[in-house]
Amino acid sequence: MSTIFAPSSGLPPAAIAVIRVSGPQAFAAARALAGDLPVPREARLRTLRDPVSGDHLDSALVLVFPAPNTATGEDLVELHVHGGRAVVAAVEAALGRQPGLRRAEPGEFTRRALTNSRIDLAEAEGLGDLLSAETELQRRAALAMADGTLSRQIANWRAALLGLAARLEASLDFSDEADVDAVLLDGIRSEARAVASEIEAALSAPAVDRLRDGIRVVLAGPPNSGKSTLLNALARREAAIVSPIAGTTRDRIEVPVSRAGIPFVLTDTAGLRESAGDAIEAIGIDRAGQAIAGADLVLWLGDGAPPEKRMLWLHARADMAGREDVPDSVVLAVSAESGFGIEQLWELLVGRSSALIPGASDMALNQRQRAHCREAREALGDMGAPDELVVADALRRANVALARITGDVGIEAMLDALFSRFCIGK
Amino acid sequence: MNSFDVIVIGGGHAGVEAAAAASRRGASVALVTFDARNIGTMSCNPSIGGLGKGHLVREVDACDGIIARAADAGAIHYRLLNRSKGAAVRGPRVQADRRRFGAAVRELLARHTGVQLVANEATALVIDGGRIAGVEMADGERLAATAVVLATGTFLGARMFRGDERDAGGRLGERAATVMSGQLRDLGLPMMRLKTGTPPRLDGRTIDWARTEVQPSEADSWTMSALSPGRPLPQLWCAITRTTDASHAIIRAGLDRSPLFSGDIEGVGPRYCPSIEDKVHRFGDRDGHQIFLEPEGLDDATVYPNGISTSLPADVQQALIASIPGLERTRITAFGYAVEYDHIDPRALGHRLAVAALPGLFCAGQINGTTGYEEAAAQGLVAGANAAAAALGIADFVPDRAQSYLGVMIDDLVLQGVTEPYRMLTARAEFRLRLRADNAETRLSAVAEAAGLLGEERLRHVRAREAERAEVDAQLAEPLTASALAARGAQVAQDGARRSAGEWLRFPGVELAHVSPTLTGSSTPVIEEAIEDARYAPYVERQEAEVSELRASERIALRPDLDFGAIPGLSNEMVERLTAARPATLAAAGRIRGITPAALTAILLHATRAAA
Repeated sequence: MSTIFAPSSGLPPAAIAVIRVSGPQAFAAARALAGDLPVPREARLRTLRDPVSGDHLDSALVLVFPAPNTATGEDLVELHVHGGRAVVAAVEAALGRQPGLRRAEPGEFTRRALTNSRIDLAEAEGLGDLLSAETELQRRAALAMADGTLSRQIANWRAALLGLAARLEASLDFSDEADVDAVLLDGIRSEARAVASEIEAALSAPAVDRLRDGIRVVLAGPPNSGKSTLLNALARREAAIVSPIAGTTRDRIEVPVSRAGIPFVLTDTAGLRESAGDAIEAIGIDRAGQAIAGADLVLWLGDGAPPEKRMLWLHARADMAGREDVPDSVVLAVSAESGFGIEQLWELLVGRSSALIPGASDMALNQRQRAHCREAREALGDMGAPDELVVADALRRANVALARITGDVGIEAMLDALFSRFCIGK
Repeated sequence: MNSFDVIVIGGGHAGVEAAAAASRRGASVALVTFDARNIGTMSCNPSIGGLGKGHLVREVDACDGIIARAADAGAIHYRLLNRSKGAAVRGPRVQADRRRFGAAVRELLARHTGVQLVANEATALVIDGGRIAGVEMADGERLAATAVVLATGTFLGARMFRGDERDAGGRLGERAATVMSGQLRDLGLPMMRLKTGTPPRLDGRTIDWARTEVQPSEADSWTMSALSPGRPLPQLWCAITRTTDASHAIIRAGLDRSPLFSGDIEGVGPRYCPSIEDKVHRFGDRDGHQIFLEPEGLDDATVYPNGISTSLPADVQQALIASIPGLERTRITAFGYAVEYDHIDPRALGHRLAVAALPGLFCAGQINGTTGYEEAAAQGLVAGANAAAAALGIADFVPDRAQSYLGVMIDDLVLQGVTEPYRMLTARAEFRLRLRADNAETRLSAVAEAAGLLGEERLRHVRAREAERAEVDAQLAEPLTASALAARGAQVAQDGARRSAGEWLRFPGVELAHVSPTLTGSSTPVIEEAIEDARYAPYVERQEAEVSELRASERIALRPDLDFGAIPGLSNEMVERLTAARPATLAAAGRIRGITPAALTAILLHATRAAA
């Protein structure tokens, strides 16, 4: 079993960052960095040093938790370091060089907690969302899930499809029974299509995931077009290093911000230019491209028109001398310096975002639920087949897909529906 | 002391197939039964096959079993149910002459020279060192064997009910196997109780047939078994009548004297075959319930009124019959009764139909909580084949759920258990489109041959069939243009595409005559099977993904001693079901009712951790 580590306190920069180390080598690794470990479950100040070079990394609060009564069920160490990006990176790098240690995969602490019986599966799935709710909208969505609106809707679809399957299966397995009339396939088709379109509607509503993870807003444009300055203005703090030197931002910088109850992740990117100054900047530009591709909203800060139609063209540094003329297709002129247009920009972002997150009346499905609903809808696509066996198979597959959400897979539910409806039995 | 490889207890449909299959695999077999003259008796209605059940009969036949050939030898009425529907749900069924069917079973069994009939009552299992060593008889005689197949039907702890009459016995005029039942309970095997019933039998000479609707036998020439030379007997007709409002009033007035409603019967009866009093009680709004009048034989006037199984008192049965159109003056030759019997919770068995807790013991048929001759015969085949495997040290015979109804039934039984007598239904087979009654041989010949279940005559037939199929497949692979088809009179769009003859058959309006004049006119079962294969090919292909998903999770084994109770996140109900069924793989666990994908993840995590 390897020992894993990762920052567990959200993205730097912040005042402090908590780095968790979990696994059999956790204490040894912590000792290598911090020297003597404090008594279990008591916080003590220690100097963290690089075990090889002896370099001073940070002064940190160190806490150790011996297995098994820990969050993961394993030996666990928490290092509360200063929340600067460089500090966290340096401590992580030093940990990564310790024998048996590696960075945790996403969700791996939770998985180990589950494996070691520290939490059960329902807690892992359900509480995960609840714990990560940061904004008012997230909290409301979590509540909607918890009060069973979603389960009820899916149960309704399933009940409808089970009823149809029961009618059809009765005509297949009990066609020699007097109580079972010849089934009207067209009636079954149209009722199944009605369910399919309800599923379709639920699928076309925005996924709940965006509400959980935040709307991804990417600031893009040529070097030195004021992206980092605008990011700091939107975040109201110095998240990105700003300098007049083109190419200062070499990697993407992500800042989580909540506005009007909606979570946003603002991403500053390396300026896009044809010839990068060096290899690192080239990688930065490449990653900027990836960020733009995965973005929900892209703010374009170039003086020329944006390269993609979906980008929102901003006229930055609007109060700078010589930039009084605003091109026609610009959406908004802003100035990070004076704050001019920043409130309007937020209104614009909030307005655009409302289409991307589930509203109060929408069924909020997560990705797993969406995948099963999509399977069900695709199966129901076969309802038009002339052969009733193919229609029956479509209903079966749709029912199995929905059952994977509600949990009761198997044929018995259909048989229950069948026998309660028909008097079968010679 | 006489010694055998395998002892089979019970001479019904399960016992007969078990003894025959074990013998075909090379085992020496003793078949122990109360009375050898009763081997092959049909205790209930005189018919073999039907929806889902017809599939099982064909599959047993593909493994060279007895039931299909005996059915043809006794058949006096043939009907292909669901004829107008897709081939995958068509169910071949015959009405069989009781006497001739039983005689054919005994004759076919006698061809298995490795089977010795022992007319005696087996009273106890002989157990030595925690495993089966043989069987003890009522007279104290012992037979030794490595494996024993219990195929005791409804005879275990059987009790018959009619009104306030009670009688120990599994069938009219025969005694119950009570001692054995006590021993199984003492061994700690999970025993439960079920109930079934039978209608009164009628004297056909006193039925006014003019007042009934006649259903003739179908004229075509298909048979239940691929080896049957044809239909040797003259064909009779069945008839249909209905209960009336007067019948229902009589039944309601007699309900207080029904053991079903007095609470005397604790066993659960089948929902698909309820007694007439149950039907009237549960579906009181119906104005009549259909009754099929089925002849019991060519030279037997007895008629079986299918649809009015009952345990009402004799006088109520008499009044009920007299209230039915056509039966006003009909004489009852034997009154109906309900029978309650012991069965083993089939979740105590594994996929070989072996009892996990007692090595060497196998169970087949109604003792496993199933109903029907066909279900019994199919389990007998599998239990017998595996009992022989246990005795001879040869390969197990475990039919696959994706390949056969045999596999579906056994998988359902050992994982889900039963809450009512289990009946085969086509709806239970998720891969139904591939599992047709008409392609049973194609699906199973190879595995049956590999298991050594096929005799010489069958093997010759299989070789000839394979050759014919290869020839037909070659013809259907022939590429054809739309214009070639149009020249033969097919209405198809001239899209210029070349398709194989088989692909063309999927187009509406394209017939065999349009794609292969050479195959036309000589319609054989093999040609018909190939056409159906071609028509369903796209759907079957799509199911392949589901099948391989099943196979992938079948590869994740769960340890037999896995403690489900120690897995966090599972509900008590899930733990109870998993513990009773002991699924051997993650896929099997996932098929158990109520086991959610989330629960499966928890099981997987736990199993992985336990293995690490």
